[in-house]
Amino acid sequence: MVKVDSKTLLKKGAEASLFLASWHGRRVIVKARFPKKYRPAELDEKIRGYRTAHEPQLMHEAKKAGVPTPTIFLVDMKQAAITMEFVEGKQVEQVLPHASQKERQELCVKIGRLIGKLHRHGVIHGDLTTSNMILDGEGKIFLVDFGLGEKNAEVEARGVDLHLMKRTLQSTHYQFAEDCFRNVKTGYSAVLGAEDAEKVFEKICEIERRGRYVEERKQAS
Amino acid sequence: MKRPAETLCLGVESTADDFGVGIVSFNGEILANASSAYIPEEGGIHPREAARHHAEAADKVLNEALAKAEVNPRDLSLIAFAQGPGLGPCLRTGATVARALASYLDIPLVGVNHSVAHIEIGKLETGAVDPVTLYVSGGNTLVSAFDAGRYRVFGETLDIALGNCLDVFAREAGLKHKRGMPLGAALEQLAADGEKLISLPYVVKGMDLSLSGLLTAATTLLHKGEYRLEDLCYSLQEHAFSMVTEVTERALAHTEKKEVLLTGGVAANKRLQSMLSSIAEEHDAKFNVVPRQFATDNGAMIAWTGVLAHRHGLVTPVEESFVKLRWRLEKVDVPWLK
Repeated sequence: MVKVDSKTLLKKGAEASLFLASWHGRRVIVKARFPKKYRPAELDEKIRGYRTAHEPQLMHEAKKAGVPTPTIFLVDMKQAAITMEFVEGKQVEQVLPHASQKERQELCVKIGRLIGKLHRHGVIHGDLTTSNMILDGEGKIFLVDFGLGEKNAEVEARGVDLHLMKRTLQSTHYQFAEDCFRNVKTGYSAVLGAEDAEKVFEKICEIERRGRYVEERKQAS
Repeated sequence: MKRPAETLCLGVESTADDFGVGIVSFNGEILANASSAYIPEEGGIHPREAARHHAEAADKVLNEALAKAEVNPRDLSLIAFAQGPGLGPCLRTGATVARALASYLDIPLVGVNHSVAHIEIGKLETGAVDPVTLYVSGGNTLVSAFDAGRYRVFGETLDIALGNCLDVFAREAGLKHKRGMPLGAALEQLAADGEKLISLPYVVKGMDLSLSGLLTAATTLLHKGEYRLEDLCYSLQEHAFSMVTEVTERALAHTEKKEVLLTGGVAANKRLQSMLSSIAEEHDAKFNVVPRQFATDNGAMIAWTGVLAHRHGLVTPVEESFVKLRWRLEKVDVPWLK
């Protein structure tokens, strides 16, 4: 494991565990992907290795695109562990339900802009949920958890990415999902340009029709 | 008749290849669960052919269930039927049977959602109360948990269902559908003798997953003939099951629920059970799997869900009993849960 002075488990996720640690007097997050017993070791190593190697690269790309992400300090391929900056703030997932309508609108437009910047730069996040967005004290939103991301500028990949955002809003914030997603789209269009954004929105409709038992399919066929 | 006058519900299932009739008492005792499966001579389910099978088998299955439960149709107090989602011709055949019964006996009719029924029968049979459910069958692959009045879908397949993926591969490999031995079971047997893990696509997108690329890759390798069939079956299962297990674990970590339920036809697979059991243990959750006879589509699950719905005042007037081919799980109100 990465050499840190102390370590406490912050969050045991499904894909990785997050530890709050101190490293050279700095508060850091150690993200460790422990082996999963349920899948064959060969497959497990491949998946963990791939995600550990790609995640820091994508976070770096995201930064270049103008999207705040935690700074990477160390990558330990052997242990599948990444040491990164600890961002002081709250998960958007927790902030959204308590925000006023206006705050919510602003947050969602901002999120849309960030996703637009990522996509414009050819980066797909792969897991756009509100729990992977951290709002810091200055109103800056950091995107975290690029473990399922990829470099891809195809409309299909963008559509799947943004579709997941929509799905998260529907399952986690169903009370105001529609409103939120409309605002995400507004921010997204503003950055990517109406024409390109529209292609992605159309793709989302297509992806939804591919899904099981979708009402819209009736009109399409 | 031997049975005392207790309140009974008869449920009709006909969403896909199985025609089933179940009889359940209002306190959850399953008195009968009869069914007849349409087995195509080749290829997958032909909806119209399946519906014809259902129409022909209805009389026999209905009588079998009534005889098994030792009840007279006059003893029934409620008719439930699977209103969707499913194949149109099949759904309509079951709905017609249910409407006829309810009208003739002059008792209420209630349409239930097939996916909800798979979850409810799993809960009834295992005692699970509020689980994260992985529902995997020939037509469905989804991860769901109850929240605010409905079963929310946390993750699902973006293309084909898990059972479909396994079935198509099995057919491509020339495995034959035998009575009492579904294609998936034949594939599971072969996979048990697999030794070498062949690298195949592993596609998890957030909470969702995609299986069509995996199926194409496995089928392509199959036709190349360079690998042992056992190794291909094993590799296909390991990749596909790891994917559904990963998304289930994500939902479990996200919702922090303390129970996992595995339901649907593919739930009978022992390897999948062991994977799900492993993640449940990892998150201090209790693992539950629906018993084999209630894993595949069946009438008892429809009857039981009908009881739950009816207890909360839900009835479906005949004029509103049209089938809903694309009735998504998260569109269904489940007032019996809080």
